Formats: sequence, C-alpha cells, structure tokens
Amino acid sequence: MKNISLKRDLACTLLFTVLSIAVLGIIYPLCINTVSGLLFNSQARGSFTADESGRPVGSTLLAQRFTDPAYFHPRPSAAGGNGYDAASSGGSNLGPTSEKLRRRAADEIARLRKENPHAPPYIPVELVTTSASGLDPHLTIPGALWQVPRIARARHISEERVAATVEANREGRTWGVLGEPRVNVLLLNLALDRQFGKAGQRAIMGDKRR
Amino acid sequence: MSIYGWVQIILYFLIILALTGPVGNYLYRVFEGERKPLPRVLGAAERLAYRMVMVDKDREQTWKEYAFSLFVFSFFCILVVYGLQRLQYFLPFNPQGFKGVPPQLAFNTAVSFVTNTNWQAYPGESTMSYLVQMAALAWQNFVSAGAGIAVAFALARGLTRKASQARGATIGNFWVDLTRSIIYVLLPLSIVGALFLVSQGVIQNIHPYREITTLEGARQAIAMGPVASQEIIKELGTNGGGFFNANSSHPFENPTPLTNFIEMVLIFLIPAGLTYAYGRMAGNKRQGWVIFWAMAVLFMAGAAVCYYAESRPNPALAGLPLDQATGNMEGKEVRFGVAGSTLFAAITTAASCGAVNSMHDSYTPLGGLVPLVNIMLGEVVFGGVGAGLYGMLIYAILAVFIAGLMVGRTPEYLGKKIEAREMQYVTAYILIFPFIVLITAAWSAIVPYGISSVTNGGPHGLSQILYAASSAGGNNGSAFAGLNANTSWWNIVLAIAMLAGRFLMILPVLAIAGSMVSKKDIPPGPGTFPTEGFLFVALLTGAVIIVGALTFFPALSLGPVVEHFIAHAGRSL
Repeated sequence: MKNISLKRDLACTLLFTVLSIAVLGIIYPLCINTVSGLLFNSQARGSFTADESGRPVGSTLLAQRFTDPAYFHPRPSAAGGNGYDAASSGGSNLGPTSEKLRRRAADEIARLRKENPHAPPYIPVELVTTSASGLDPHLTIPGALWQVPRIARARHISEERVAATVEANREGRTWGVLGEPRVNVLLLNLALDRQFGKAGQRAIMGDKRR
Repeated sequence: MSIYGWVQIILYFLIILALTGPVGNYLYRVFEGERKPLPRVLGAAERLAYRMVMVDKDREQTWKEYAFSLFVFSFFCILVVYGLQRLQYFLPFNPQGFKGVPPQLAFNTAVSFVTNTNWQAYPGESTMSYLVQMAALAWQNFVSAGAGIAVAFALARGLTRKASQARGATIGNFWVDLTRSIIYVLLPLSIVGALFLVSQGVIQNIHPYREITTLEGARQAIAMGPVASQEIIKELGTNGGGFFNANSSHPFENPTPLTNFIEMVLIFLIPAGLTYAYGRMAGNKRQGWVIFWAMAVLFMAGAAVCYYAESRPNPALAGLPLDQATGNMEGKEVRFGVAGSTLFAAITTAASCGAVNSMHDSYTPLGGLVPLVNIMLGEVVFGGVGAGLYGMLIYAILAVFIAGLMVGRTPEYLGKKIEAREMQYVTAYILIFPFIVLITAAWSAIVPYGISSVTNGGPHGLSQILYAASSAGGNNGSAFAGLNANTSWWNIVLAIAMLAGRFLMILPVLAIAGSMVSKKDIPPGPGTFPTEGFLFVALLTGAVIIVGALTFFPALSLGPVVEHFIAHAGRSL
C-alpha cells in the first residue's frame, strides 16, 4: 500500500482531464467540423435539397409530413407530439402485445382506406407502423406502389407514369446485399413536381402536360 | 427472411473474422510491442502527453495502485461531466440556449458515460448543449473506452506474464495504458471514420437548429450538431450514447445501409481484435482464438434467432388487412430492413455498446429476448472494449476450474495454478452482476415509483424493467425505451447499478491479475487440461450459458417467455 499516493494520482487526474478535454472534447470535433465543411459541405450541414425555384424544402435524409393526395406520403411518425418533429426523434416503443399499437394500426388502416379507395386490399405494413426515428425518409417499393392509384387520380395522369417515376427513383441494395431497396419520399415528390407540375396546381398542370 | 438478410449476417461475420488478426496485431504492438506504430507522429504525441500529465511511463503499478488510479480518475470524471451539464447554460456552444440539466438526471448521465454504459434518460437534441455533447459525453466516450482497454491488458498481463518476466507484482501502468489506447487506437480511427461518416450524410456542424418550410408549406425545425465526431467513437468505443434521442436509427447518425454496416463493424472491431492480442500475449495464438470462437458461437446463435423472430409479423397486428412480408416494421427503418436492424441489435447488446438502430421495445417477444439475453450473459459475447475480454477470461478461469473439479486435479490456466483466492474473486465477479440486476429489477417491479414508469402492460412491462436493470448493471445502455427512465427512482437506482456494474466488477478482475502475475510457471503435464481446442470452446460457452441461464431463467420466463405465449394466443393487453 505504501506506493499508493492520492496526491500523485490527483495530479495526474487533473492534468489528464484538462489535456484530454482540450484535445478530444474541443480540438478534435472542431477540426472535424472544419475539414468536413471543406470536403463535404452539403452533407455536414444536413443534406438539404431545394425545389425548382431554388427554395430549400427540407433534408433529403429526414421525413417530412405530406398530406396532399398528389404526393407520396411517408410512414406514420412518433417523433414529437404530432409526428415528423426533426428536433424530437423517437419511436412509439409500443410492444408486441400492445392493445394501443393494435388500435393505432386499425385507425391508420381506416384512414388509408378512405384516402386510397382504389389501392390494393392488403396494405404494406410499413404504412401503418412508425419507424424507430420517426424520421424515416424512405418507403419500400411496394409501399410506394400501393399509393400510386391515389396519386395518379389526384394528378390526372396514368398510373403507369407514376409507377415509372417510382422505378426511376429506386435505390437498390449497397453492393447488392446491404440494406433494402427503397425510394426517398421527398426526392420522389420533387420528381413528381418536376415531371407533372407542382401539386398545388395539379388540376391545370397535370392536364396540360398530358 | 430473405437470402439477402442471411448474406448480410454472414458477410458481417466474415469481415470481423478477417479483421481480428490485423487489429489484434496492431493492439499487441501498441501495448506490448517494443516498436510502436508511427513513432514520428504518434510516438511524439505519446511522449508529449506523458510530459504534460507527469507520468513516468516506465514505472509499473501493482494491481492496487492500478485500481486506485483508475478509481480516482473515474470519480473525478463523474464530477466534471456532472458540472458541465449543470452549468451548460453559462458555457459556450449552446445555440439553443438549453438550461442546466436537472441534478438527478445530470448525475445519472455523468455516471452513465463514465462507466461506458451510455444509458440515456434524456433526449439528446432537446437537453444537451453542443459543448456537453462534445466535451463531456464524447470525451468520456474516448476515456471510458480507453480505461476498459487498459483493464483488459492489465488482466491479460496478469495471466500471461511468466514469473521470469514479471517485474515484481506489477501489471502495467494505468495512465500509460489509457494514453496509448487513445493516441494509437481510438483517436486516429475516429478522425478517419468521422470524415467517412460525414461523406455519407452524417451531419457535423455547430449551427443553431434550422427551421425550413417543407414542400407542402409546413414548418419543420431540424436539430443540428457535431454528430459525426461523436457517432464514430460511440461505436468504436462501444459506448452507444446517441447524439439524438433516436440514436443510430436517426438518419443524421446513420443515413445509409453502408454507414449501418460500418458502424456495426466498428462496434466489434476492438473487442474481437483484443482476443487475438491476448493470444499473442499468451505466446500461443490459439489461446486467443478459443476465446474468439466461444464468443462467435454465442453471437451467431443470437443474431440468427433475432433475425428469424423479427421476420415474422408483429403479433399485435395479427388479422389486420396488412401485407406483412417485410416482417415486424414497428420501430424499424426501411433502409435497414429487418436484417440490418436485428443484426445491429444482436451486435450492440453482445458488445456492451447500446447504440440502437431500431426500437427493441417494439420487437416481437422472442426477438426482444435475444438482446436481453445477450446483456444477461454478462456482456462477454465480444463485450465492451476491454470489458468483454476481461469478462470472458474470468469465465475461462471458471471453466478451467470446473474441468479441474471433474478430473479431481488442481486447475491451472496458461501454466499457472488457480487457487482458492482466485476462485473467490471469480465467484465475486460472477455473482455481483446478477445481484445488481435482480435486486434492482425486483425492487422496481413491486413499488409504485418503479412501476409507474412502465408504458406497456402485462409481461412486457416486466421486460421493460428487466431490460433497464440488466442494461445498467451490464453497462450496455440500450433500453426498452418506452420505460420513462427520467424519474428520481430510476435515475438514482440505475446510476448505482451502473457504478456497481463497472467498478465492483473491475476490482476482482484487477485482484486476479495481481495474484496471478507473480505465480510460478508449471510446465504442462499429462493431466493439464488443454485450453486451446474445440473442447475448451464448448466448455467455455457452456459455462457462460449455464451461469446466465440458471440465474436469469426464472425472471425471463415471467417476461418475454410468457409474453410470447400470450401473443400467440392472440391476446393484447
């Protein structure tokens, strides 16, 4: 025990703390900030994208709310009180025997049915389940294709043309194995607006372009 | 289930298998080798650090000195992390103007990060300033991981040093091990990895939260922050504390299947490499591979069961007009799918990382059982950086002891006798963990201030409690996150569980190192039980499973197991 010295260890502790906070807690992250700002500026700031007029409309990595029938809708969200809160991420954390989860899914199904009277009978499960982050920006291909009849009717264009846009925006598996095939909802909706006119003006634009 | 899912799981394992040797060699060179890597750059930084911190790198410590240095440093770190959280309002890098973190939550968080647990009773993006995230939490991600690696090498030295090389009864120098783990391993890898993550879309800035108008004209406030620099060390150091509440499921932390894969590789990188480094220290690489394969068997079994269970439909949605071909998607992200989510879940709980890319609380009963069991096995299935190796070596001593009992000989490990004293330490190590977990869980499950935090009914509520207690005691940090953990009871009791799960368990580990290091070598004889073959892998996995199963099976049967039967009877609660 004679070699244990509180004084020596306290001195080392104090010096090590100051040095390591300075290097690991301040210098390291700020250097990464600077370098990544130079090399990958757009990603470092949040991968924001803009519409045709150049107005920033959101991050391509984060879900945002869509309610217009002429747009693809993302998965339901448990982020924040009303969903899609990008400053309050999170899942529902409802368990596999949760009555609340079952009721919520049944409500979602009723809503989706009402909004999509022409869609196939079985709804892809991701459309009634909330993601882990509440900000899942993607849909599976079936999840997007299921919504095509609604969008085609709202935009007065054929279902094939909408489905072709989905196919054109498909992201495959990385290296052919990692992850799942998917489409990014915001990018898909921007593509719809580019091809068939902005959703708000769909009645005129949709017909004209046809 | 799909062939792609299985290929992902197998590809992951093969990559870890391929990296174990090179990483192990590197770790061995850093900690035990005569010639360290990159002497001009890293060596110079190392020498400068010793000068500034006033450490004599050639002065080794006995196990008591080593433990004392570790404890003094760790408890001081708790004070610093606590203070920074309390004072964040008055400090820079707080563009959102967050107020000081309340005392109990700040205490819980400070303990959580210093013990390498990273249990999070707070949502990051609405609680912590950028300064706290960078200089308190991410800082601890480095140093608590470094401390874990240090203890693993201390134990490995105790077991492998021949009496002739032993310098007195010393097992290394804590400050030297800590410094080396940061300068040679954690920091360089973090710099490269953070830049890679940013290139993939992980954000890295110190801007205020950005408010935008969405395509439909609604407002959306978007949290910002220095995420990549923290994300990388969170995986590499098996810490697991997310910048955001949603942790690695948040697209700003884990934007693509590729980042997901890399993050998973980073979690196992050091724990796997350490087994190989240990083999080199033992002078027989097979001693390391035996440890690796015992871990690998347990890991692969868990990953396979979890993937299978989650590929099934969610029982709560049974009978609804849904196409459930994609499996249980509640609490999972589309880009990862069930395979990328369950593999992450198995990895993060096997290693005591605790980062999550899906919400374990919403897993099917059997799918959620796997992460829970992984933690309950004592975080030895690769385990936390350092903690996994030292935990598994304790089990190795136990396995040798059991084998010794069976043939009626004094057990020996690596040519050193295992005697009553070591077995007392081993027993203490093995009993402390279930003691912490079961007492915490049982107490919480019968008092109103414990139960009131539960958000799912029936057995799933008990699973939430069990998971929290195991996660804290095992220093994992993941959660069945529905549990409302930010209450006085949970903040305090889990902080105590985390402290005990870290420091009460390090104590016997270092004590074993100290008592083994100066033991005489015994040349292996015909009665020596070989610890380097298939038989020992089986014995070691058996010891881990039996101890875990005997201890926790009754509790598990009341939680996930009952829930499985309730779910399959078509009932919801």
